[in-house]
Parts: sequence; C-alpha cells; structure tokens
Amino acid sequence: MFIPHTEAEREAMLAKIGVKQVEDLFHDVPAAHRFPELDLPPALTEMEAMAELQSIADANETVRNLACFLGAGAYHHYSPAAVDALLRRGEFYTAYTPYQPEISQGTLQAIFEYQSLITALTGMEVSNASHYDGATAVAEAVNMAYAHFRGKRNKVVLSPAVHPQYRQTVRTYTAGAPITLLGDDPSADPLEGPQALLPLLDAETALVVVQYPDFFGRIFDYTPLAEAVHAAGALLAIAVNPLALGLLKTPGEMGADIVTGEGQSLGLPLSYGGPYLGIFATRQEYVRKMAGRLVGETVDLRDGKRAYTLTLTAREQHIRREKATSNICTNVALMALASAIYLSLLGKNGLRQVAELNYHKAHYTADLLARIKGYRLIDSAPFFNEFALACPRPVAEINDHLLEHGILGGYDVQQDYPQLKNTMLIAVTEMNSRDEIELLAEVLTEVAHG
Amino acid sequence: MVEPQLCDLSVPGRQGVRYPEPDVPRAELPANLTRQELPLPELSEIDVIRHYTRLSQLNHSIDTGFYPLGSCTMKYNPKVNEEVARLPGFASLHPLQPIETVQGALALMFTLQEWLKEIGGFAGVTLQPAAGAHGELTGVLIINAYHKSRGDTQRTKILIPDSAHGTNPATSAMSGLRVVEIKSDSRGNVDLEALKAECDDTLAGLMLTNPNTLGLFDEHVEEVIRLVHEAGGLVYGDGANLNALLGIVRPGDLGFDVLHYNLHKTFSTPHGGGGPGSGPVGVSARLVAFLPTPVVAIIEAGEEGEAPLYGFVTPEKTIGRVKAFNGHFAMMVRAFTYILMHGPQGLRQVSETAVLNANYLLALLKGVYHLPYDRTCMHEFVLEGQWEDAPGVRALDIAKRLMDYKFHPPTNYFPLIVHEALMIEPTETESKQTLDAFAEAMLKIAEEAHTNAELLKSAPHTTPIGRTDDVRAAKELVLCCGVEAKP
Repeated sequence: MFIPHTEAEREAMLAKIGVKQVEDLFHDVPAAHRFPELDLPPALTEMEAMAELQSIADANETVRNLACFLGAGAYHHYSPAAVDALLRRGEFYTAYTPYQPEISQGTLQAIFEYQSLITALTGMEVSNASHYDGATAVAEAVNMAYAHFRGKRNKVVLSPAVHPQYRQTVRTYTAGAPITLLGDDPSADPLEGPQALLPLLDAETALVVVQYPDFFGRIFDYTPLAEAVHAAGALLAIAVNPLALGLLKTPGEMGADIVTGEGQSLGLPLSYGGPYLGIFATRQEYVRKMAGRLVGETVDLRDGKRAYTLTLTAREQHIRREKATSNICTNVALMALASAIYLSLLGKNGLRQVAELNYHKAHYTADLLARIKGYRLIDSAPFFNEFALACPRPVAEINDHLLEHGILGGYDVQQDYPQLKNTMLIAVTEMNSRDEIELLAEVLTEVAHG
Repeated sequence: MVEPQLCDLSVPGRQGVRYPEPDVPRAELPANLTRQELPLPELSEIDVIRHYTRLSQLNHSIDTGFYPLGSCTMKYNPKVNEEVARLPGFASLHPLQPIETVQGALALMFTLQEWLKEIGGFAGVTLQPAAGAHGELTGVLIINAYHKSRGDTQRTKILIPDSAHGTNPATSAMSGLRVVEIKSDSRGNVDLEALKAECDDTLAGLMLTNPNTLGLFDEHVEEVIRLVHEAGGLVYGDGANLNALLGIVRPGDLGFDVLHYNLHKTFSTPHGGGGPGSGPVGVSARLVAFLPTPVVAIIEAGEEGEAPLYGFVTPEKTIGRVKAFNGHFAMMVRAFTYILMHGPQGLRQVSETAVLNANYLLALLKGVYHLPYDRTCMHEFVLEGQWEDAPGVRALDIAKRLMDYKFHPPTNYFPLIVHEALMIEPTETESKQTLDAFAEAMLKIAEEAHTNAELLKSAPHTTPIGRTDDVRAAKELVLCCGVEAKP
C-alpha cells in the first residue's frame, strides 16, 4: 500500500541500525503505556474504503439534487472544470510551503499572481497569501489594528450586520487581549445602516469592521463611514464577498484600510464548510504589521532572471516568535490557487457577467417573493445576491415544507437575531434557474396559506 | 525560460469561460455602487491550463521526489483521498444545511472525533481548527478558560522549551500569556531543574512537543508532566510530531491535557503548497466542557438497530467559535479514509516504519555529519551542517546543493538550539532505495564540502532558478503585478 518495505529490507535496515527488532527503537517511551491496543475498526482495502465512503456520501442530500437558496456566507456557484483539473496536479497539492524558492517557483508565482488578482479586485495595494477563512481574516484584522496602535487604542467596533460567526470568532480570538468589542450587543438594531456606528467612534477606537455585502446581503457605500473613521484616527476594515466585486465599487475606493473576505465564492466547493479562503488585503503602509505569508518578486543571483520568494518573513512567528502579530503558519495556499485559476479563467468580462447573473436573479426572486401575500422584504437598501424576507410562519417550518419539494430554503436569521422573527435570508446565484425560482415562489405561496 | 505573468499572457477580448444570458429580466444596477474598472486578465482556457501546468512543473513535490523536511511529515498523499473528498455527497454540501439532510457527513465527523480520541487517549475532540497553529490557539485558549473558571486568574505564565516551534510562543502571546523559555538539557530533554524553578502558582501550563524537534522522545516526560500538574498547570502537546506515536503511545495516557493533531502531517492530507491543513484538538476529561463550538454529538439515540441522529452541540463552558462553519471538512474526509484503510495495526506500522526509516538514515549519515544529541531518534533527527575543516560551508549550502541531486532539502536552521541545523524527517512512505540514494547524495556533498566548497556555495546549479536575491525582494517589495493586459 503506502509503505514500500519488504520484510528483507526491514531486516537489512534493522541490522544497519544495530537493533534486533523495531520495538527496540522505542525504549524511551514509558513501558507502562507502550504499544496500546487501539480500539479502531480493522483496515479496509482501497476498494472497500471507497465503497464505504460512497455509502456515507450517499446518506447526504446535496446542493446538486436540491434547489439551493441557502447562503449566509457560503454560496453554491459554478466552478469551471479547469479549476479542479489544475488543482489535482500533484506538483501543486503535494508540495510544502515554498521555503526553498529554487524548487518552488510554481507555487510562489501562483501566489504572487493571487496577491495581484486580489489587489486588483479589492482596489487595495497589497494582499497576503491567505488566512484560513472569512471569519479568521476578520479576527486577524482586529489583531493587526491593535498591533498597529501598539495597544494605545483598544476599542473595536463591529457592525451588528457583520456575519454572526465572524463576530463570534473575533470574540474568541481576542479573549486574552485587552480589547473591547462594541457595536453589536443584542440591543443594537442590525438593520440600521453604517451611520449607526458613528456615535461609537472615539479616541480609543482602533478599528471599525463592516461587511460588504453585509450579512443581510445589503450593499452600502462606506465612503462616508471611512471618512468618519479616519477623522477619529481609526482604521476601517471591510469584509467582502469577492464575487460581488465583479460588479461593485471597490472597498479600496471607499477608503478601506483593510479588506478581508471569504473567497469561497471564487470557484471553491462548498465541502460542508471548508476549506475555504480567507482574503486579506491592506495598504502598503501597513504591510509590516500584516500577518501571514507574502510573496515578493525579485531576481535570482545565478542569471538575474525574474524570480519569486517569500519576503518580509521577519514579521512571522518562525522568526519573531512571541513578538509576531499572529501565530499563523499553514494557510490555505491551495484554495488561493483555486481562486486565482478561477479569476484567470473568468477574467474581466466573465467575472462581471457572473456577478450580474447573481444580481439579476436575486432581484427577480426578491420581486417575485415580495409580491406574495404574507411576505415582505425587511429592508429597502440595495442588495447583491441575497436578501432577507419576512415570512408569515417560522422559517424552520417553511424550510421543512420546501425540502419536501426539493428546495433547500434560506437561512433562519432568528437564530442569531432574536428580534428578527420569521426572517429568512435567501441567496440566489447563477446556479438557480428561473424554474427553481418560480417553484420557490409557488411553494412559499402554498405555505403562507397552509 | 521565465514563465510569463498573467498580465503578459492577457489579450483583450479573450475569456476562458462563458455564462448563459440571464433567464430572468435584468434588474437595474445600482449606479453609484457599480465599479467602472475591473482590471483582471483576459485569457482563454488553454492559456490558463498551460500557464498553471508550466508553473506546477517548477515545483518539487512529494509526487515527484523525496521531501525529507523535518517536522513537516511529507508523507505520500494517497490518491484515493482526493477521490473521496470530491464525491458530490461531500463536496456539494452547504455548511448550514438542516442536520437531517447531512447525516452522512455528521456521522463521519462524529466517528473521526471518536477515532482521534482513541488514537490520542483523550476524552473529547474538536475538529474545528483549520491548521496546527490554529489548534494551538484553540488549546491555549482552553487552558486559559479552564484556569479562569476556577478563579485562577493569576495563572498567566506559559513555559516553552527552547526547541519549540515558533508557533508556540506566538500562540501564547496571542492568547495573552507571558512566555518563559525553558532550556533543554544535554540529552535534549526538558531541563528538569529549569522547569522546577518556574513551577509556581502563576503557571498556566507548559507547551511540549514530544518527540521534540530534535526528534527525541523526552526521557522524563512523565516527570515533566507531573511537575507541571503539581504546580497546578496544564500540559499542552504540540502534535506536529505525532507521526512517531500512532499505536506507540497515547499522549493522553502520559498525562497531556491538550494536543493538536495535524491531519495534513500525520493523517496524509496534502500540504497544498502551504495549506489548507486541519488541526483538530483533543482534551482530557476536565477540559471537555471548554471545547470550541460546535462539536458533533448524537442528539437522539437510534431505535433498535436504526442509526442515531447526529447534530451539533455547544459545550457548556465553550471558549466560543474559532472559525466559521464546520472546520475543514474535506480534510476530515481524507483523514477518515486514511485511518479506515490502516486500522490499529496499520497505524502502528506507520509510526514504527517512520521511526525505522529515520534511524536507518541516521545510521547512514552519522559520523560524517555531526549528531549533536547522540540517541536513538524517533521519526526525525537533527544533524549539524558544518565542519571545522570545511570553513565557510554552511547548512544552507548543503541544503541548496541537495537540490542538484533532485532532493528537497531538510528543514534548516531549526531547531534554534543546534548550530547550522539540518532536520531530517524521511516518513514511512519512503523506500530503502530512496533513503540509500539520499544518504549517498549527502555523503557526496560532505566530500564536496571538503574538496570543492565553491560547488556548494554557488548551488543549486540545475534548478529552474538559482538562489534568490532576498535582500532585493524585501527592499523593493514588489508584491503584485498589474494583472490586466499590458498596453
């Protein structure tokens, strides 16, 4: 299988080492605990394992056989075949972090190009090589802002319309730091726009975090917010859905200091939650406070050829140890590669096209659903591919009913925002056909009367 | 031949993928929120395929050659893993689907939690962390929360041996702990006297990598753990080196309170050129209530022969959420498959063979290369890459010269306690022939170091590029190119 040794080779190796049996190599391990009997099922062959895994997989219902209107931070999109075909190249996925540039130029150039694509998409100046996901990227933004002000500003304002799981992750990450998080306490109205954050700014504020589109799918021009944040001497972080940036004004243009994002929408499979892609971009002046790996262009010393290498590594944990801004080491390089391939394939026109498809389909759906008696959109702000719908009955009940019709209904917002009763967050992407949308409307109509 | 950048390949008007026209009426775009410029490249599919295929060919990888990178466990990544992770029944699941529609996925996660508990000797496991360092953060936050819950708020000191990975001190600092370094003794163990001197009532815990980064199993590990426990501290195990211990010893049985598993090292999920990894964390009974949310549990027992209902639960005193959604599920599928294909004997054979390979390679190299801690090693070992009678030759030169022999170099300049360190981890999936060939190259290089040092100083000679100008990279700081077509 995966261990090539024959018995004869083992014997020869043991003889070279000078021990009789392999057990003799473990004398430092306390005898009382050595060689435990592990209670695990007996080994299967590949053929048997494949069948077992297939049967486990078959016990799931998927977005392939359901009409999916569920989003809330992870979206069902089409990923062109070429993306996965390239990801399956062993030279990419079985390589380690490119610490040896001479034999890692493939990964290095691919990451360099990823950084380039992300800066172009976000309108920022530098991007790192990735964080784990959209949630931890926000947490790293908080860390960075705190480090930037050297602890002299310790308040971070989180818009209540930032993804609830991102905000929870920030809380966990900052549990050991003297950082005060505010703006999203349960009494805050999550539907108030960015202007509601202004009164919270003061001389202690290090960072303000908003999302674009926000958790409810809404899009705001954050330019006035950015001006107010900067006037208070603080930084602004905008967490984005990068697919939306195929259509929308960039956060860079609005004045963001940090742009984070969940890159799953750029061609990554849903995979029940991961691995996804944490996007992190900022302005040149903050590059030395940014965590995570960075690839820089240079030349080789042999022929003066263009070459790439990991750079500014003195920021990172393996050099700075306890003084590093973050402990991040392994990131999600292969997912960054996937997104770069996706963006290369779609390019300028394709990305705009798919973003518009999302926009048009979502708006068609919203119009249709808002006209059904008992339903209404809870907000009138512009939105991208997701919107919140007030329903006549609890969302869980409606979703049970939708599932019977082969529809994966939207997210039950009440789980995170108790004040938003019977509110469903509905995502519509290029994958949803008009027929699916109309079926959704039909079943929702039926449910309202039921 | 330098591979062009995307912008060099871009031709206005090309597009690698087309989308259908909308089947719904177009809505009005929000004029003030619409971007004017989208400076992305324009390429056809074949441009993209060739570009990335050519890039891939510039990489060294496990699939193309030996990768003895210490502490990284670059073992073979089985192809079946890639197939199972892509089954639509796994890859096409939305993380927020109702639990009734994802019972297969939840059963897999639950079973993997159980297996990791069994392998590590722990009472609870979270699959949430995305990587080893993320697992460390999770573990250290759990330790903090435990002390806090007991009113032990003065426990803010964490001890870290001088041989530890950089992530350990960085994690501790991120968690608000004060790091105190503990030196190693002459045999590479934790220095017991130095440890005792720091064992007081401010102690939050100790982060211990065992076997440590010298590849040595601490000869007093139980004593070390006892001392920390007696002082009221907890012991964190860095599972980076767990590949030495499968079926050999369970860290939980030794008294470790917390341990992270690197699915991308020990359990064969690929490293992906730097990630994604997956860093589940196991904890002893007293810490189960602090695990991050969510944990997979049986929420309704199955009736007579029926499968139970699996779902997510939040531990009572949870530290909270460490990332969005459900962890790196696709990596869990791979690791699950790996464990399923090994069983208890197979896992023990993995670690036995990893240790056999390391000791065999050590036996071939010892003597020519100085071994600073001369003991039986576990799955890896550390040599010095310097000789008194070959002045000017450094570990870096040896590493670079190895590339000319088509090998990936060992980890170098780590651990920090060995001068000119070369840290070698062969893993169990390498054959005797590969190890022999590698040893032969290493011995040849040792000879070259004494006869033709310049050959090493100017290495590598046969790689796509030579050594990079890192000073220029940091000084000029070119971090992105224009990706749009050049005018």
